[in-house]
Amino acid sequence: MPSDRRFRETLRSFRVATWLGWQIESNWADPFVFAIYSLVKPLAGALILVFMYAAIAKGGVNSPLFPAVFVGNAMFIYVPAVLAGISWTIIDDREHYGMLKYVYTAPVSVFAYLVGRGVAKAAVATVAVVVTLLLGTLALSVPIRLAGIDWLLILGALVSGCAMLSLFGILLGGVTLVTARHNYGVGEAVAGGLYLLCGVVFPLETLPLWLEVVGRGLPITYWIEAVRRALLGAGSPAFNGLSNGALLGVVVGSTVVLAGLAVGTFRLAERRARARGLLDMQTMY
Amino acid sequence: MSSELAIRTEDLRRVFRTRKREAKKQKREVVALDGIAFEVPRGELFGVLGPNGAGKTTTIKILATLLTPTSGHAWVAGIDVATDPKAVRHHIGMVSGGETSGYGLLTVEENLWMFSQFYGMETRAARARIRELLAVVGLSDRAKTKIYHLSTGMRQKMNFVRGFLTEPEILFLDEPTLGLDVQTARTLRGFVSNWLREHPDRTILLTTHAMHEADELCERVAIIDRGRILACGAPSNLKRDLKHEDVVRLRIGGLEDVRPIVATVPSVSRFSQTAHDDCVEVDVILANDAVLTGLLAAVEAGGGTLLSLEKRAPTLEDVFLDVVGHGFEEPNGGGAS
Ligand SMILES: Nc1ncnc2c1ncn2[C@@H]1O[C@H](COP(=O)(O)OP(=O)(O)O)[C@@H](O)[C@H]1O
Ligand SMILES: [Mg+2]
Repeated sequence: MPSDRRFRETLRSFRVATWLGWQIESNWADPFVFAIYSLVKPLAGALILVFMYAAIAKGGVNSPLFPAVFVGNAMFIYVPAVLAGISWTIIDDREHYGMLKYVYTAPVSVFAYLVGRGVAKAAVATVAVVVTLLLGTLALSVPIRLAGIDWLLILGALVSGCAMLSLFGILLGGVTLVTARHNYGVGEAVAGGLYLLCGVVFPLETLPLWLEVVGRGLPITYWIEAVRRALLGAGSPAFNGLSNGALLGVVVGSTVVLAGLAVGTFRLAERRARARGLLDMQTMY
Repeated sequence: MSSELAIRTEDLRRVFRTRKREAKKQKREVVALDGIAFEVPRGELFGVLGPNGAGKTTTIKILATLLTPTSGHAWVAGIDVATDPKAVRHHIGMVSGGETSGYGLLTVEENLWMFSQFYGMETRAARARIRELLAVVGLSDRAKTKIYHLSTGMRQKMNFVRGFLTEPEILFLDEPTLGLDVQTARTLRGFVSNWLREHPDRTILLTTHAMHEADELCERVAIIDRGRILACGAPSNLKRDLKHEDVVRLRIGGLEDVRPIVATVPSVSRFSQTAHDDCVEVDVILANDAVLTGLLAAVEAGGGTLLSLEKRAPTLEDVFLDVVGHGFEEPNGGGAS
């Protein structure tokens, strides 16, 4: 296929999917429910963290570890949103809307389509992230000051983070494509595991050695660390040896590796799904 | 690339393996397609006619790149569907009847517009075309309705419109009128043949289990049963081939089941029976009149009364009866429900 045609196809698929995703996400039949979902939930998450700290850490929210944990926790809102969002898209489109087969038989770039659907989820998550960070700054004295933010680093981290999370989503989407019934929680389950492994609330060095190794092998760990440094000026002691550039380098490098893995897995899953007739499977509804 | 052929299949086979968990990993194999071969030239409305479970949907899924064949080959627009599915997708469209797909939160118009965007249609052109097509299926007043408020039939009509919206080069219609009321089904059939007349370079493959639909619409039909093509040709030719035999419809009173009686008559090879309140209606295909005499004698001897007898021109239904052979003495018998 000529590359400009493929490019237009990719762009188009992305645009339509973003529009569709936004229509679905913004369909707040009840704005109150939406408010609860997108604001109260993350705020409650932040408060739980506060209470946890008040109960177990010396100094409570004044513990020197708290700001890093708080920022990590806030950024992590993106992870289940995008991961579960993209794998849910597969299930929703296939089994709820019955549209996956029509998406597949159309000249659509499936990757661009899935990422587009993830964008809407990320947009909603952004509201929650910003609100959480504001709460931290205003009420919990998390030391984020506009003048102190490393804008270049945060920009780099956000861009590479978007790519990385989308690729994770595609990887899980591939798994979802070939798993039958009752696996619709795969996105949430994986996100839950990542929450523990990526140094979000538990500093890596407090994990058992083998889990620490896994955590250090995951790009999300470095991405969160980069955001901490950009916003707070300092991150966790575990990564003191890495410069900001090196940190971003790790995120970008591992994202490239992840790209190969995700695309390969997804293509393989597609082939299996086509062989087993799973693209229009109906298991849940 | 054999571009004058829109579709070609060669010894297409598809086997489904299903695992029955209850029965201790016992595997079951279903042969959905058992060596299907046909060719559809560009511009043709080709029908695939067969009873439930014959393999119609499986055929369409393979051609529409949703399913890979177990063996054999299929080409759509000259492209091998197994090796280059992405390229095939630029040439095709698909509508599955009897289903309610679509994004419930979007209106009819939004659903259709979104789909047109997958194909890179210009928005203004897409909107005009959507309006036009919705009018055809009588859905204009629902354009702005979110589709979760629509009835099954209305969603099906929208789905039908979606198939034609992008004017695909090769369109697969899998039982497009399934479950629709008679009037709507007729409207859609009329639309299909009109559309093809206005777009002579387009090709449609339509499956159906309604014989009159195939008869009315299709230039050629393949009659399939249990994954095999039993006959293929223009409906008129298929019917003409039957002409040397007689199609006779008998209405018989006083009996509930004439099958055991007919079984005693030699050389009644094709037979179907419909029970009514006051009689049974029997269609038989006979090699000659002498057989009829024997049959009538046997019915009378068995306690039945002949209410009426009608010789008639063969329909596609008779062709089906002839090739599928519902008959008791057929080794292949008892298939269709
Ligand atoms: N995914 C599947 N798994 C197992 N068997 C299947 C599957 N899809 C179809 N079949 C079987 O293959 C045969 C043909 O099915 P299908 O092509 O849907 O028939 P039709 O569309 O003519 O009614 C049937 O016996 C059906 O039960
Ligand atoms: Mg079918």
